[in-house]
Amino acid sequence: MLRPINSLAPAVACAAILTCKSAYAEVHPITGEKLADDQTFIYRLLDEHSSIDPQIVEDVSGSEVVRDLFEGLLNQDAEGNLVPGVATSWEVSESKDRFTFHLRNNAKWSNGDPVVAGDFVYAWRRAVDPETASPYSWFMELMSIENANAIISGEMPPESLGVSAPDNYTLEVRLSLPLPYFTQMVTHATTFPVPAKVIEEHGDQWTRPGNMVSNGAYVLLEHVPNERSVRVRNEHYWNNEETIIDRVESLVINDENLALTRYFAGELDRTEIPAGQFPKLSAEYPDEAHSFPRLCSYYYSINLSEKGPLPLKDKRIRQALSLAIDREIITDFILAGGQFDAYTFTPGATAGFEPPMVAAAKMSQAERDEMAKALIADAGYGIDNPVEFELSYNTSEGHKKIAVAIGQMWKQKLGVATKLRNMEWKTFLEKRSNQDFEIARSGWCGDYNEASTFLDLATSNSGYNDSKYSNDEVDRLMAEAKLLDDPAANYTRVEQIIAEDVPLIPIYHYASVFMLDSDVGGWPVGNVEQNWYSKDLYKIAE
Amino acid sequence: MLAYAARRVFWAAPTLLVLIVLCYVLMYLAPGGPFTTERALPPQVLANIEAKYGLDKPLYAQIWDYVVAVVTRFDFGPSFVYKDRDVYEIMARGFPVTLTYGTISFISACLVGVSLGVLAAVRHNSVLDYIAVGATFSAQALPNFVMAPILVIVFTWQLGWLPGGGWSGGQWQYVVMPVIALSTSFMASIARITRSSMLEVLNSGFIRTARARGLSPTTILWRHAMKPAMLPVVSYLGPVFVAMITGSVLVDLYFSTGGIGLSYVNAALNRDYAVMLGVTILYGTLTIAFNLLVDLLYAWLDPRIRY
Repeated sequence: MLRPINSLAPAVACAAILTCKSAYAEVHPITGEKLADDQTFIYRLLDEHSSIDPQIVEDVSGSEVVRDLFEGLLNQDAEGNLVPGVATSWEVSESKDRFTFHLRNNAKWSNGDPVVAGDFVYAWRRAVDPETASPYSWFMELMSIENANAIISGEMPPESLGVSAPDNYTLEVRLSLPLPYFTQMVTHATTFPVPAKVIEEHGDQWTRPGNMVSNGAYVLLEHVPNERSVRVRNEHYWNNEETIIDRVESLVINDENLALTRYFAGELDRTEIPAGQFPKLSAEYPDEAHSFPRLCSYYYSINLSEKGPLPLKDKRIRQALSLAIDREIITDFILAGGQFDAYTFTPGATAGFEPPMVAAAKMSQAERDEMAKALIADAGYGIDNPVEFELSYNTSEGHKKIAVAIGQMWKQKLGVATKLRNMEWKTFLEKRSNQDFEIARSGWCGDYNEASTFLDLATSNSGYNDSKYSNDEVDRLMAEAKLLDDPAANYTRVEQIIAEDVPLIPIYHYASVFMLDSDVGGWPVGNVEQNWYSKDLYKIAE
Repeated sequence: MLAYAARRVFWAAPTLLVLIVLCYVLMYLAPGGPFTTERALPPQVLANIEAKYGLDKPLYAQIWDYVVAVVTRFDFGPSFVYKDRDVYEIMARGFPVTLTYGTISFISACLVGVSLGVLAAVRHNSVLDYIAVGATFSAQALPNFVMAPILVIVFTWQLGWLPGGGWSGGQWQYVVMPVIALSTSFMASIARITRSSMLEVLNSGFIRTARARGLSPTTILWRHAMKPAMLPVVSYLGPVFVAMITGSVLVDLYFSTGGIGLSYVNAALNRDYAVMLGVTILYGTLTIAFNLLVDLLYAWLDPRIRY
């Protein structure tokens, strides 16, 4: 039995009004701001993206480009709420494991062909097909789509994936378990449709300018590797009339200080602010320097596997290490970009998540230090009898500064001798995933705006549980959470267990810290995932 | 001399082969691989990718296949990281960029460096000499990672004369700053080597004889002193030229030129074996070729050297 739970028809009309720009209008229809003649948006890319194939793309910068070129079932608005993409409405079955999406009939590919449900079926099968070798195939597993797991491991053919197109404008998805936040996940690039005909014709090279056919607000005009990529309006995009930005350029500039200079020279509309410079820039350029909470956590993983050092198996030592970290020094003085002290793994900005007041968060740093000293003394160590650990991090000035500061805090307060070990990225990844570390830097960004995207990492079976932490209660609570309408209580309990067991030490929650030219309007400041779409931006006349 | 050159060319092939094998083995030994990512790939996916790139074969077979493909088909294989590009294409795009700014940098470094060095030597211990020495020391003390941001601050931000980065097909505005950043310290080294070498030559016996014969200073300088004074400079220029045309990572990094220097470093960091190897072969070939050229040039400059 299917029951409609959401129709986005009113939202369509609303969205249309919000960004409406008729051919003759020169002011923004809602804000009344005068629009600039030149609607070109130029921003900085940290690095060359490895691919702009929706099923292959894995980096943040590539995903930004893909979101402009392609459109999935749903998009996000400035607050991160779901708004129509190719789908205008959806229904979910009583059992919450069957979703039916109704697609608009005016969505077109940039070659004029209609976007049909079959394009999604093709794309989703492609994402799980081991032949595609998608580095993001795990996302389809995470979406719990029927048989995704078996197809990825080569046990079933891609055609057995739980997705079908009963007609051109209806997409049916079957899940292996009810997933309350499933719709959040279809805004992700991996789920975007791709044109089967074009891929079959050009193979791996279908993503090149000239070959690429896309269904988003923009088409790829030019791509010069390690230099820039340019996209321009897709005349066939269903909402092209209401799109304001004409042209988007992304420039690859590896050095963030140099990017900032080029921003001041007027070459860029947006660039990231290097660590430590936010206070000065926000004082000088209050309209341009921005800092918004992001759905990411910076933490230290503690190796609890058999390979891990014995003292770290003692909960009191782990608690002491966590308590002795003065997070304020890191967020206020080292990063100084509006980051948040972290005492829970899940960021407070996560939708539907109320961070529990874990004991450490309520104390002053002096109290935390006292408690840490007592705990480590209780465990038989201290300044007179120091315990020694190795702290590994991947080569980066930022990670180094934090590691040095934390090592110093541990030494002064607990007598812990920290040996810093800096490794190049690939070596670091290999060592960390093989548990060849004692304490290792880690970072995690949510794949969707729901607490399980973080807390699943603490479950025994998670492939990203580098600590190899295993707690039956956590496993049970997280499994149960997937079936609950309101799993908040479970998440709170898991956070409390993590705070007690300390398999990882949360340090801070990220902020997105960047300069944005004051003539750029429509930036989604309230979207904690920072999923932005050029089609929603506009340039204001100066 | 021809026989010598032929022998050197003949030995280039085994040298390159050793280079390929060494490079391959070193890459193989480095921890992590091209598909090591923060989120480990499912085993089946990983197996498929490795099979696609031939990484499932034993090491000797991988090296053999690679060498055969390069020698017989001039095929350097696909990039392991950039799915829609192959190595040949990455080199064909990046190398001309580097070659352009590298050659211009080399020529300007030579012209300015040699002139400055000769001038300082001829006007030894004069104000001109002090200025030249001061300028070269300052230029050498300014490494290009300091120079590049300063150039962008001055010429892009403050004066607004030049674009802060990019290549745009090699339009002159985009070439100026990479050339200045790359050539300055080389220019200074060339000037210093030229100056000391020229001083030494000007103080040697045969120049004194020439002076005694009443030859004009210009004739002495150009006909007698220049060639021997250039010997140490030329031996320095060979490797410098290769270094310049194979690119500077920092120039590519700061000016987003898309040159090959950065691709090489990124390939090493990303474990993009194919790109690594391709560029290594290119660098190796160029180094061998220019070393040979320098040796031949030596024989021309110094009549005492015979092969």
